[in-house]
This record gives sequence, C-alpha cells and structure tokens, in this order.
Amino acid sequence: MVEPILQISNLVKNFGALRATDGVTLDLRPGEIHALIGPNGAGKSTLIHQICGTLRQDSGSIRFAGQDVGGLSVAERARLGLGRTFQVSSIAPEFSALRNVMLAAQAKEGSSFRFFKPVMRDQGLIDKAMAMLERVGLTERARIPAAELSHGERRQLEIAMALALQSKAFLLDEPMAGMGPEGSKALTRFLDTLRQEAPILLVEHDMDAVFALADRISVLVYGRVIATGTVDEIRRDPTVRSAYLGDHG
Amino acid sequence: MILTRENLINLILAAALLAIPLIANAAGQPFYITLATRVAILALAATGLNLALGVGGLVSFGHAAFFGIGGYVAGILASHSFSGEPVLFGLSGTNQMWIIWLVAMALAGVVGLAIGAISLRTSGVYFIMITLAFAQMVYYFAVSWPAYGGEDGLSILVRNQFPGVMTMVPMNFFLICYVILLVGIALFAVIRASRFGAALQAARQNEVRVATVGIQPYRIRLTGFVLSAMITGLAGALFADLNRFVSPSMLSWHMSGELIVLIILGGTGRLFGPLAGAALYVAFEYALGGITERWQFFLGLILLLVVLFARGGLVGLLAGKAKHG
Repeated sequence: MVEPILQISNLVKNFGALRATDGVTLDLRPGEIHALIGPNGAGKSTLIHQICGTLRQDSGSIRFAGQDVGGLSVAERARLGLGRTFQVSSIAPEFSALRNVMLAAQAKEGSSFRFFKPVMRDQGLIDKAMAMLERVGLTERARIPAAELSHGERRQLEIAMALALQSKAFLLDEPMAGMGPEGSKALTRFLDTLRQEAPILLVEHDMDAVFALADRISVLVYGRVIATGTVDEIRRDPTVRSAYLGDHG
Repeated sequence: MILTRENLINLILAAALLAIPLIANAAGQPFYITLATRVAILALAATGLNLALGVGGLVSFGHAAFFGIGGYVAGILASHSFSGEPVLFGLSGTNQMWIIWLVAMALAGVVGLAIGAISLRTSGVYFIMITLAFAQMVYYFAVSWPAYGGEDGLSILVRNQFPGVMTMVPMNFFLICYVILLVGIALFAVIRASRFGAALQAARQNEVRVATVGIQPYRIRLTGFVLSAMITGLAGALFADLNRFVSPSMLSWHMSGELIVLIILGGTGRLFGPLAGAALYVAFEYALGGITERWQFFLGLILLLVVLFARGGLVGLLAGKAKHG
C-alpha cells in the first residue's frame, strides 16, 4: 500500500466536558479525494483546526508528508505543503488577486525577509502567480482588489494560493458553500482534476458534489468516525443512513 | 516614478518644507527655520511609527519610549563628552552626531525588540495597553534617575557636531534633519514595497491568511516593530539636538499620542502622511497656540472631522484612496 500523505491516529480533543474529537483515525492517500461529512456539530471544524494547527490536540498524532506535525504551528505546516481553503474565504482584502497569490508564491520561495527589491517588479514572482490565477480561471481579474471579487472568485483565489504553495495535500473546508448551482458544477469539475496534483481532504455539505467526487468518504458524528468507505459502501451503511444521510441515501 | 496625484502632492510637500526655511533664512526670520526643523523631526518620528501602525496595523501607544531613548542617547553621550567621564565600561561619550544616531537606533531597536517580543503576543486593545505600559515604565525610570537630571531633564550645552557642518547654524541643522527625513521616507517606501512589506501589510489585513501560506505573522510583525522603533529613535536624537535639551516629557504618553495623531491627521499608512500631519500639527500649534492656550481643543475638532469624514487624512483627502498594485 502507498503511504498516506496525511495520517491522523486516535485524535482526541476535549472542550471541558465535551469531547469534540473522540479518537479519530483517518488518512489521506495520494491521488484521492477523501470526503469528510457529518451533521452540524459533529466536530468537523474542530478536526480541521487540529489538522492545520490552530488547535492543539489533547492526544493522538497527526503525521503529514512523513513527519509528525502535531506540535508545529500553522505556518510550519503550510510550509510543509498543507494547502487549505476556508469555509468563509480568507484573503487579504486590500491586495489584488495577483498580490494575494504572490504572497503565497513568495512564502513558497522561502524568504519574506527581503527588504529592498520591490515585489511588484519581481517578474519571476508575478509570472508564477499569474500561472496559478490562469489555472483557476482568474486571469482577467488579477488586478482587482480581492475585496471586490465575488464569492465564487474568492474561492478560486484561495485555491490559486494553495496551488502556489505547491501543496502536497489540500484541505478544503466546504468549498461549495454559498456557490450557486452553476458555480458548484464548475468547481466540482475543477476539483476532479485537482486530485491529480495532490490529494484532497474535502469537508462538504453538498452531497451531490461529495458523491460525484469522493473516492472515499468518512462520516463524523459526535466527534467519532462512524464509517469510512467508498461512496457505495457509505450509501448502503445502515448506521450512516440513520445518523445522517436520511433521504439522500 | 509615475507622476500620480499622490506623488505630485508628495513632491509639493517635500518642496514646501524645504522652501519655507530657505525663505525664512533670506528674510532673517530664524524662528521659522526652527519650526520647519521641528516639522521634519516629528515627521521622521511618525514615519517610524507609520511603519508599525500604518503598514503593519500595530497601534503602538508606546513609541514615545523610542523617541525618548533616542533623545537620552544624544543627551547622555553629549554630557559625557563634555565632562570627559566614561559612560559605561570605559567607553567615552561623544559629540559626533552620526555616532549618536547609530547608538540611538541600536538602543531603540534593542528596546523595541524586547517590548515587541512581549507585546506582539497580544493584539487589539491589549497591544495598545501593553505598549503604553512599557513606555510608562521607561518614563518613570527616567524620572527617577537623578544622574541624568531626573524630572528636570538634561541640557545639551552645545549642539552635537557633524563633520564639515556648523550645526549651530539653524539652516544647517535643518538641512541635516531634512535629508534624514527624506532618507527615512525613502526607506519606508522601499520596505513597504518589498516582500517583507507585502507580508507586513498582509498580516495587518488577515493574519490567518498569512499563516496559512506559511509565513509566521509574529516574526514579520516583530521585525517591523523593531525597524519602526529604530527610525523613531533616530528622530528622538535629532529632537534632543534641536532643543538642546532632553527630558522625560519626550517619553511620556502624550508624546506617543501626539505621534499617532500626526499619522491620523496626515493619512495612515501613506508615504507622506506623517509629514503632512506634522506640518498641520506644528502650524496649528504655532498659529492657534499664539491666540489661545486651548489650541488643542481645536486640534481635537479637526481630528474628529478627519476620523469621521476623511479617513485617509490630509493626503487621502487630496490624493484619493491608496492603491495597492
């Protein structure tokens, strides 16, 4: 078996008496889209926060790209190649789309402690960023301040930034949220090709997208993974149907 | 350089600051030269703060500490140079400005590193309060340190020297300050446009995003804070030489507030915002201060208007919104 890019083992996180993450074990393998689904309050956000480093787990381990990252900061994990997008797009609003991606490209290149060369005359950096914007279809909007981009365009921008980091894995937190049906379809097509670049851990409520994209699905309920399997296995799983899927199954 | 409206306004501001003392000199009115020098020095101090506050979004209410440290470096080194006693470990004082400037920047930078390292673990109101607290500590330290005048301050009997320049001639000293101001502003522009500047601005706009692309916001901010402290410290050394006097008032929270007011008046984060703000402030102080002791009341009104209706300050009002490429 190929070694997983991301391996989460027996992860536990308590908030007071509430066990938000209850012994989660989960992995992400090269080339796959692994969807994480679950009802509201199942602990998806808490789990994501632990994977990317904004929250520290109480016990258990997170291995990413061959090393234990459980004690690393958000920035350190990002530098190792963990690219993420947010449920509510997170961008630098005053900067143009181009400058947002350039920031990611400069982080990837290494040093942000360069004080003299003007960044807007750094053609290498501009070219890299433009290439990423082109891949997500934002070339025309490169010079627009990110604050003026539409909801869907900000999603694309976040993905362009994750691409500029040359991520080894993508962690996408509800990328379909707030997208219209057309936007969802386009994004679904795009993510379908993205998995060849790096595997995707996809947290998503949009079941059409999940069923269309996922190679495997894990179902999180009350902080536990109650089932992991292919789309068909999950559709047929009786506990999942009662706990979550309802009519969808 | 493209001649945008903002660049044009900047040029006019820089030219006006040079023209006023030249005219005053020709007309035999040295007082106005002193006023212009004061503007240049305050603008430099605020340019330093503008790096932290305007670019990095770090509302430091403690930059008087760095301003005053620069001032005390000038005063203390000069007093030792005069008395011939060593300052520390056998090192003698000096009356050479450029050494004083380097020491002032170094010391302000070191203190900035210490204050920043702790303060930057907080944000928002807590950051404002903790920087204020640190500055007040430095203030009370100076007040209670009798060796250098304590509360009464320390006089610099003869203005410090610069090779080949008669620094006691007001116009000469103005030109020194003017050149340093322009260098400081140029440095500000270069840093802001660099990779580091991009990261510092991004950290102001969205800290989470910066971390998510793999840049530690804390390190970026700490570096910005230290650079900011160094520039303000340099201005402090010049200020002490202008007045030939340094006292704890340079370290007081009023001074910190004044620097913030200058920036807001002129335009937060704008290249020439501090100069515009300092010019406005000193003009007010002079014009209204002669009429009423309550001139700061009117300054307060103006500040209120700026905050309510002209968030970009004077530069923003004249040049429009800032552009970010």
